[in-house]
Amino acid sequence: MDRRTHDRYIERATWPIGRGDRNFWIAVSVLSALVAAGIYAWIYQIQRGLWVTGLNQQVSWGFYIINCVFFIGMSYGGAMTSAILRLTNAKWRAPLTRLAETTAVAALLVGAVYPIIDMGRPDRFLYILRYGQVGSPVVWDVVAISTYMIASLVFLYLPLIPDLATTRDSLRMSRLQRIYGVLALGWKGTPGQRASLHRGIGIMAVLIIPLAVSVHSVLAWLFAVTARGGWHSTIFAPLFVLAAMLSGVAAVILVVAAFRKVYGLQEFITARHFRYLSYLMIALGVGYLYFMVSEYLTEGYLAEESVTPVLEAIFVGSYAPAFWSFTILGLIVPLALAAFPGRFTIARAVGASTLVIAGMWLKRFLIVVPGMAEPIMPWDWGRYSPTWVEVTITIGSAAAIPLILIIFFRFFPVMSVHEMEEVEGTPEPRAIVLVPTFAEGGGK
Amino acid sequence: MAGPVSRRQLLVGLGGLGASAAVAVAAGMSPITFEAAAESEHAPDAKPRQWAMVIDLRNCDGCKKCTEACQETHHLPQNFEWIKVFQVKDKHGGEYFMPRPCFQCENAPCLRVCPVAATYRVADGVVLVDQDRCIGCRMCMAACPYGARYFNYVDPPKYDNPFGHATPEFPVPQQKGTVGKCMFCVHRTAEGQLPACVEGCPMKAIYIGDLVEDVATNGDRTVRLSTFLKENDAFRYKEELGTGPRVYYIAGHGQLLDF
Repeated sequence: MDRRTHDRYIERATWPIGRGDRNFWIAVSVLSALVAAGIYAWIYQIQRGLWVTGLNQQVSWGFYIINCVFFIGMSYGGAMTSAILRLTNAKWRAPLTRLAETTAVAALLVGAVYPIIDMGRPDRFLYILRYGQVGSPVVWDVVAISTYMIASLVFLYLPLIPDLATTRDSLRMSRLQRIYGVLALGWKGTPGQRASLHRGIGIMAVLIIPLAVSVHSVLAWLFAVTARGGWHSTIFAPLFVLAAMLSGVAAVILVVAAFRKVYGLQEFITARHFRYLSYLMIALGVGYLYFMVSEYLTEGYLAEESVTPVLEAIFVGSYAPAFWSFTILGLIVPLALAAFPGRFTIARAVGASTLVIAGMWLKRFLIVVPGMAEPIMPWDWGRYSPTWVEVTITIGSAAAIPLILIIFFRFFPVMSVHEMEEVEGTPEPRAIVLVPTFAEGGGK
Repeated sequence: MAGPVSRRQLLVGLGGLGASAAVAVAAGMSPITFEAAAESEHAPDAKPRQWAMVIDLRNCDGCKKCTEACQETHHLPQNFEWIKVFQVKDKHGGEYFMPRPCFQCENAPCLRVCPVAATYRVADGVVLVDQDRCIGCRMCMAACPYGARYFNYVDPPKYDNPFGHATPEFPVPQQKGTVGKCMFCVHRTAEGQLPACVEGCPMKAIYIGDLVEDVATNGDRTVRLSTFLKENDAFRYKEELGTGPRVYYIAGHGQLLDF
């Protein structure tokens, strides 16, 4: 990387810091309005109780549990993408890692709120710490999610330290500068500091993988440890882990595509990045398909009394439209879309990711709701249709993720400067640099 | 036991003293009261009772009086069927009714999954819910294979608890945002009364019993529990799950057949 590209990279990574243009304020106000509506719905629910939801005695878990699994899953993919790229020392990772790690944190912050939204007595949340029972999957979840949350924050923060120092040095806003100074922990870029940071990031990249696997495994065990036919499956934990990675990589593709366009990062994030991320998504999607077939085949072939009604409802019954939409539109079509070589790599990757994310939400619905509604006693199928409260909270929480990202990247560099220097090396300064005007923006 | 028996004697019978009490009454002696028997539990060597229930489906006509009695006792809303009467259609077109209380499982799935130990099992084998502790996560409802647990989505009907505050043994009124269920009316059995559903059943299809003393009563007659279960081929619902339900069913279609 020559001097000019290097400077241009830094300029592109840091230009939005502390600025707010018209588009920024429009986006922030629209998203904030949605989040506010979601918060209003939550307050409405807290004041009145869970009866304002579509939940009932038979289907007592619904949108909130689905969203919890969905958003935490998304987070996992972000963390995994970054960790894998670091561990395999992929040279092309530099412009992506920051976006992936921030997506992980944003999605996790949203997903981790859902267990509290779902509680009948959220005021007693701390009872889980006070009276925690080691044998309860709910406690496993709380422990795993909070450990993972700390780890993913550290994982985001460590590579940010040198960039905070860069921002500190380049900014002339006294008050903000002091905050960056504190956050940068006195980073000067000495060889000792570099070595420790390198080691720290390496450790976190290794640690974050088992932590994320554990989070999604215990989320799966929340279901798999029960006696319900649709849930009691040994393959559930790995299935959930794969689903999480799949939806997470799709989320990273969407986030990267959006920031690439809005922040003008086309020079550094190219079709090649999307192709590689698409390969990752395809591998995960094929793996998921395989796990899913394995699950349904072994359960459906034997057709045990407890499992059959659920499988029937999913394959040919009332949940069949949702299931086949997921399988075809949410899995097979996007994988094909992303797999074929040819033009419009970025557009295809974005289209495929959108379908995958929608499909993975639907799949979580197909896990939670039929499993709950199935007649475990000689009764009819349970019914569940969410109310405006659940829908509003869901939309609000989904809007919170881009909102967090947009605000975050108005304060912190959108691409990791330090990472790029690690990968490419810092070029020697030159006296004269000629910048042709036609090189501005655009490009491959 | 011949002839009608008074409730006092029944409850004595429940204490495992049925036969001897009958003799005692016949001999003009005052029978040992249930309360006295309950007190004797506090002796160091006394074993706690092990409550069990037998539901004789041959007698159940699906009138749902048990549900009504339960709701009245616990001041529950209409859709809270701690003992719920299912109308079961079998594969061959036959129909029968099946009341389902909480099975007070010996290996209770609901108890294991509770994150705050709000659900616990007491010495006499009954599974209780401490609604002052329950956080309302509903994990137990997902875990219960019998759908015996009910979440208080709404405020329960107003009721002034004479003891000042609801207890796990007498959780009335229920707390909104927490889970409740049948607990074999431990507040009544401790006082020497039959559970509300047992008392409310006009068909006398429900028996409450003690596995330690091996007796059970439906308020009308007292039986030797193990013999009664064996002779009538009693079964436990979804026993294969290994939950160890404390409720036994005697199969039938709502009519007594005398072969």
